[in-house]
Amino acid sequence: MVRVDGTGNGTGLIRVRDLDKKYRRGSEEIHVLQGLNLDVERGEFVAFMGPSGSGKTTLLNLLGGLDLPTSGSITVAGDEITHMSAAKLTAWRARHVGFIFQMYNLIPVLTAFGNVELPLLLTRLSKGERRRHVEATLGVVGLLDRMDHYPRQLSGGQEQRVAIARAIVADATFLLADEPTGDLDRKSADEIMELLGRLVHEHGKTILMVTHDPRAAERAGVVLHLDKGVLVEGSVSAGVGA
Amino acid sequence: MRFVGLVWANLARKKLRTTLTIGSFAVALFLFGLLVTIRGAFSGGADVAGVDRLTVINKTSLIMPLPYSYRDRLLQASGVAAVTFATWFGGVYQDERNFFPQFAVDRDTWFKVYSEYVVPKEQLANLMRDRQGCLVGRSLAKRFGWKVGDRIPLRGTIWTGTWEFNLDGVYEGNRPDVDTGQMLFRYDYLEEQRRFGKGTVGWYVVKLTNPDDAVRVSEAIDGGFANSPYETLTQTEKAFAASFAKQMGNIGLLVLTIGAVVFFTLLLVTGNTMAIAVRERTAEFAVLKTVGFSNPDILGLVLVEAVLIAGLGGVLGLAFAKLFTLGGDPTRGMLASFYLPWSSVGLGFGLALAVGAAAGALPAVSAMRLEVVDALRRV
Ligand SMILES: Nc1ncnc2c1ncn2[C@@H]1O[C@H](COP(=O)(O)OP(=O)(O)OP(=O)(O)O)[C@@H](O)[C@H]1O
Ligand SMILES: [Mg+2]
Repeated sequence: MVRVDGTGNGTGLIRVRDLDKKYRRGSEEIHVLQGLNLDVERGEFVAFMGPSGSGKTTLLNLLGGLDLPTSGSITVAGDEITHMSAAKLTAWRARHVGFIFQMYNLIPVLTAFGNVELPLLLTRLSKGERRRHVEATLGVVGLLDRMDHYPRQLSGGQEQRVAIARAIVADATFLLADEPTGDLDRKSADEIMELLGRLVHEHGKTILMVTHDPRAAERAGVVLHLDKGVLVEGSVSAGVGA
Repeated sequence: MRFVGLVWANLARKKLRTTLTIGSFAVALFLFGLLVTIRGAFSGGADVAGVDRLTVINKTSLIMPLPYSYRDRLLQASGVAAVTFATWFGGVYQDERNFFPQFAVDRDTWFKVYSEYVVPKEQLANLMRDRQGCLVGRSLAKRFGWKVGDRIPLRGTIWTGTWEFNLDGVYEGNRPDVDTGQMLFRYDYLEEQRRFGKGTVGWYVVKLTNPDDAVRVSEAIDGGFANSPYETLTQTEKAFAASFAKQMGNIGLLVLTIGAVVFFTLLLVTGNTMAIAVRERTAEFAVLKTVGFSNPDILGLVLVEAVLIAGLGGVLGLAFAKLFTLGGDPTRGMLASFYLPWSSVGLGFGLALAVGAAAGALPAVSAMRLEVVDALRRV
């Protein structure tokens, strides 16, 4: 069950309480998140929708420990991350979070293999173990034959699949995807959504995804709308065009 | 160590830029190698000079002679182990441009005082038997392709006429910085053949029983000859070489200044290059941080890259400098020594790494301080 009213019993994977985020731009204050609550259990596939500027990216950054809230708490698998030091947060991120971006954000000078290997460089795995992990993961995303290709030699959809492999290779606790299909054509977008769906249903991954695309959101089990700084449950069509 | 692949990939990113930066280091360190070598040459082998030797010259001027009779008086001075002497010959071999120093020396004592000159026993024995004999240094022999047994004619400029010498042997230095560009021949041959200046020598070299005695012995010698027609000036060989070098201007300071300017320029150029390289990769550093690379990891990545560039360039430049100096004195004998010591190679390498680290430091810190969220928004 995904809850947005702050009534989750605390057994879930992610627990967000009274999350507030304000930005200051000169004298102006932008109150992006206003007492947001969220409970997500393991194995869930959640889509966040909402108009541009509603704070979706802000929410993902907070959930991934890339940014700190103005107030409120985020607990993931029992760890309260809002009070961690920067160094601890970095280590926590390496162990628990896999990021997927709209622009793929691959390192252009590394091959597909090198990009996927990156998170493993931070572990104690030996070279051979790293190779086995990377190859297995590239197999999952169907790119084993493109292992030695550089990002510029891959299509957008293939690049995004490499990025997904990078996000899951170190067995992250949950994945955060910010408009993963935003830059792709219809067919590639469908393939990516198909892959994300498989990760949830076959591999038991937990995914929180921001999207503008109703077709993409349909794949998710739950669609939440970000509205006036809080999340509201809704259908795919609700809020579209708002 | 796990990031080696990443560092290499980054170096290969802009091959031209990396090559040029490595090239800057190579050129600077090559220059450093040459400057050190030239400084060494102009300090007149001051570092080579024995601390246990005194040079006795005419107080009026180095080019004025001293009487041969001083030899016995010097030998009698206390603290003196051995005495030898030499006279500058100033001959020309075929052409003025073929300059090299020639000294008429005392065959019996010269090699005892200059123990760093190594001559095969039988060659020295030949010199003893052969009044017209001479020895040349290894690099001089190589320069003119001379072999033992060759006859070497010199045109005298002080004592005119053609002087013929038999090459009896080739000396070596037992250290790499010994000047092997000289010719040494027998003083008694000069004495017998020259028309003026008979009974004089150019200067004396005194070997001390104890190096700590240098000051006392020199004062005693100069005191002993005071108020004579030939007053003396006695100095340690080091001081003698240094004062010789001073006449060339303060080469040491000049070299130091040039070196400092070169390294400072290098620092600015590389610092700028690294700053650009880091700024271009802002988004990538942000991604590495989201993946979980820590601040020290990021700092290390940039620093290692800068230091690697510096190290590669440094090795290249110093290797070329070393090879260049091994090729011999480019002035064909004008310099007393042309040698780049390994200690200076090490120093240059250390300096290169330091400049690399310094140039990488600021960009590395800015990469480390990068706010992931801001950096990702900028993409
Ligand atoms: N660093 C910042 N400083 C000031 N304002 C910011 C900053 N980051 C985000 N904002 C503002 O916060 C609001 C929410 O931004 P956010 O990027 O989370 O929106 P979003 O829902 O992801 O939008 P989009 O759909 O366009 O990606 C916007 O008004 C944005 O201008
Ligand atoms: Mg966004």
